[in-house]
Amino acid sequence: METVIEVQGLTKSFGSFKAVDHLNFKVAKGEIFGFLGANGAGKTTAMRMLCGLSKPTSGSARVAGYDVQLNPEKVKQNIGYMSQRFSLYDDLKVEENIRLFAGIYGIPRPLIKTQTEALLEKLHFTEERNTMVRALPLGWKQKLAFSVAVFHQPKVVFLDEPTGGVDPVTRRQFWELIYEAAAQGITVFVTTHYMDEAEYCDRLSMMVDGRIEALDSPQQLKEKMGVASMDEVFRLLARKAKRTE
Amino acid sequence: MDKMIVVEKITKHYEQVEALSNISLTINKGELFGLVGPDGAGKSTLFRILATLLLPDKGKAWINGVDVVKHYKKIRSSIGYMPGRFSLYQDLSVEENLNFYASVFGTTLEENYALIEDIYRYLLPFKERKAGKLSGGMKQKLALCCALIHAPSILFLDEPTTGVDPTSRQEFWETLSKLKEKGMTILVSTPYMDEAVLCDRIALMQEGQLMKVDTPQQIIDQFDKALWKVSAKNMYGLLKDMRLSPLVEQCYTFGQYLHFTFVQEELDALVAYLKQKGHQEIEIAPTAVTIEDCYLQLTDV
Repeated sequence: METVIEVQGLTKSFGSFKAVDHLNFKVAKGEIFGFLGANGAGKTTAMRMLCGLSKPTSGSARVAGYDVQLNPEKVKQNIGYMSQRFSLYDDLKVEENIRLFAGIYGIPRPLIKTQTEALLEKLHFTEERNTMVRALPLGWKQKLAFSVAVFHQPKVVFLDEPTGGVDPVTRRQFWELIYEAAAQGITVFVTTHYMDEAEYCDRLSMMVDGRIEALDSPQQLKEKMGVASMDEVFRLLARKAKRTE
Repeated sequence: MDKMIVVEKITKHYEQVEALSNISLTINKGELFGLVGPDGAGKSTLFRILATLLLPDKGKAWINGVDVVKHYKKIRSSIGYMPGRFSLYQDLSVEENLNFYASVFGTTLEENYALIEDIYRYLLPFKERKAGKLSGGMKQKLALCCALIHAPSILFLDEPTTGVDPTSRQEFWETLSKLKEKGMTILVSTPYMDEAVLCDRIALMQEGQLMKVDTPQQIIDQFDKALWKVSAKNMYGLLKDMRLSPLVEQCYTFGQYLHFTFVQEELDALVAYLKQKGHQEIEIAPTAVTIEDCYLQLTDV
C-alpha cells in the first residue's frame, strides 16, 4: 500500500527537554490514524513538525511525498489542517472563508466557483452562504472547517482535537465526514480525547512522555492489554508517564 | 430536601434568537447536577444568569432563597464560577492568580487551603509558572482552585473538562465527588456522556428548552425500544447500508460497533440483507442502553 506519512527517529528538543523523542511510524493512503496521548505528551509538537511548521531537532519525516525539513512549503501545499482553536475567520462570511482558503491552496478561480456551490449544497449551507462564521453554531463551524481543510483534495488532513466540546450528535456527523474523506483516499491524521472516536480509527498510536508507547488497531490494543475498552487502554498507558507536564 | 437553586420560567433572547425559553428547574442542596446539550442549547446562558452576570428577559431565579437580580452582590460571595473559556490572568503565575482571587473575596490562600489542597498539590511544582504556559489539564485545575478559593457553597462549572485528556477528566470528577461529600452543590455542564452518568440528576437541553430532567438511571429505563449493536469489516459501508434498510429505524456509530433499533424486529432478514450487500465478519447482538443512546434518541439523529 502507498505510504503517505513516513516518520523516522523524529525528535524535537527544547533545551534539555525532549518534547518528542524518536518517533517511528508509517501511515498508509486512505487510513484514519488516531494520534492519542495525555495533555502535554507531545502530540501538538509532533503534529507541527509533520505539517512543516516546526523543524525537527533530529530525525526525518516525509509527508505527502515531501521531506518536512527540506521542503516544508511543498508539504504545506499538499496537506489540510484543522484545529479546534483556529481554522476559519469569524468575521468573514461562510462563502468568503471557502474562497479565501481555496485561493490560498492554489485552486484555479473557475474551479473555486463551481466547487464552492457543490460544497454549500452538500453541507446544506446554501441558505447560510452570507452568514458570518461567528454566528454559526460550533458544530456547523467544525463541519465547515473540515470541508475547507479538504477542499483542495490534499493527500493528508491533520485534525487537532476537531471535536472538542461538541455534543454526541454533532460529533457523529463530523466523523461521517471523516469516513467519507478517507473513503476518497484522503489520509486522516487525528487527535482526540474521546475514546469512542478512537475506536473509529483504523490504527492508533499512544504517546507517553514524547514517545510512542503503543501502536496498533483499536481491537489489537484492547486484546494485547486484556481490557474491554479504549478508555482502559488509555489509562493504563498514560499511567506510565513520569513527567508531570 | 433543601432547595439550593430555583429557576422559574426564565426566558432570555439575544436579538431574535431565543437562548432560553421559559425554563423552570430546581436543584437541591448537595446535589451534583449536570446540564447536557449541544452548543447553542442555552447552557452557558443559564450559568451566566445564575452567576448574576446576565439579566433574564423574563422569569426569576433564586440561589439559596436569594433573588439573583435584586441581591446579586450577596450571591457573588457564595458562588464559585468556572466559565467555559479559560478566564484567568495568563501573565500571572499560578500562585499570583490564586492570591489575586483570594484577595478579591477578602480571604487568603492559607485560610481555605484545605478545600483546594487536593487539586493544588498537582499544581505545586508549577506555582511559579505563568498561567498561560500551563497545559490544558493544569489550566483547568487552576481554574477550579480559583473558583473554590473563597469557600463557596455552590459551584458553577461550564464545560470544565472540554479538551482535557481521559486521565485528567477522571481525576477531575473524583475531585467533584469529594467536594460533593463536603456538602457543596454543583451545577456542571458537559458534552461527555460518561460524565453525565456520574451526576445525581441531569437535564437534557436543546434549543433553549429542557427536554428531560431526571436521574441518569431513570432516563435509561425510559428508553422504550430494544437496542442492538452490529459490526462488520467495513464499518463505513455498513453504516450506509444499515441506513438504507427499511427494517432499520435509527442507526449511528458507537465506538467499535454501530447501535441501531428495528422498525420491525426481523433479525434474519437484516443479516441476509447485509450479506447480500457483501458485508463480511458480521457480528450482531442485543446491547445495553447507555445515556448516550437516550441523548441520541431524544435529539433524533
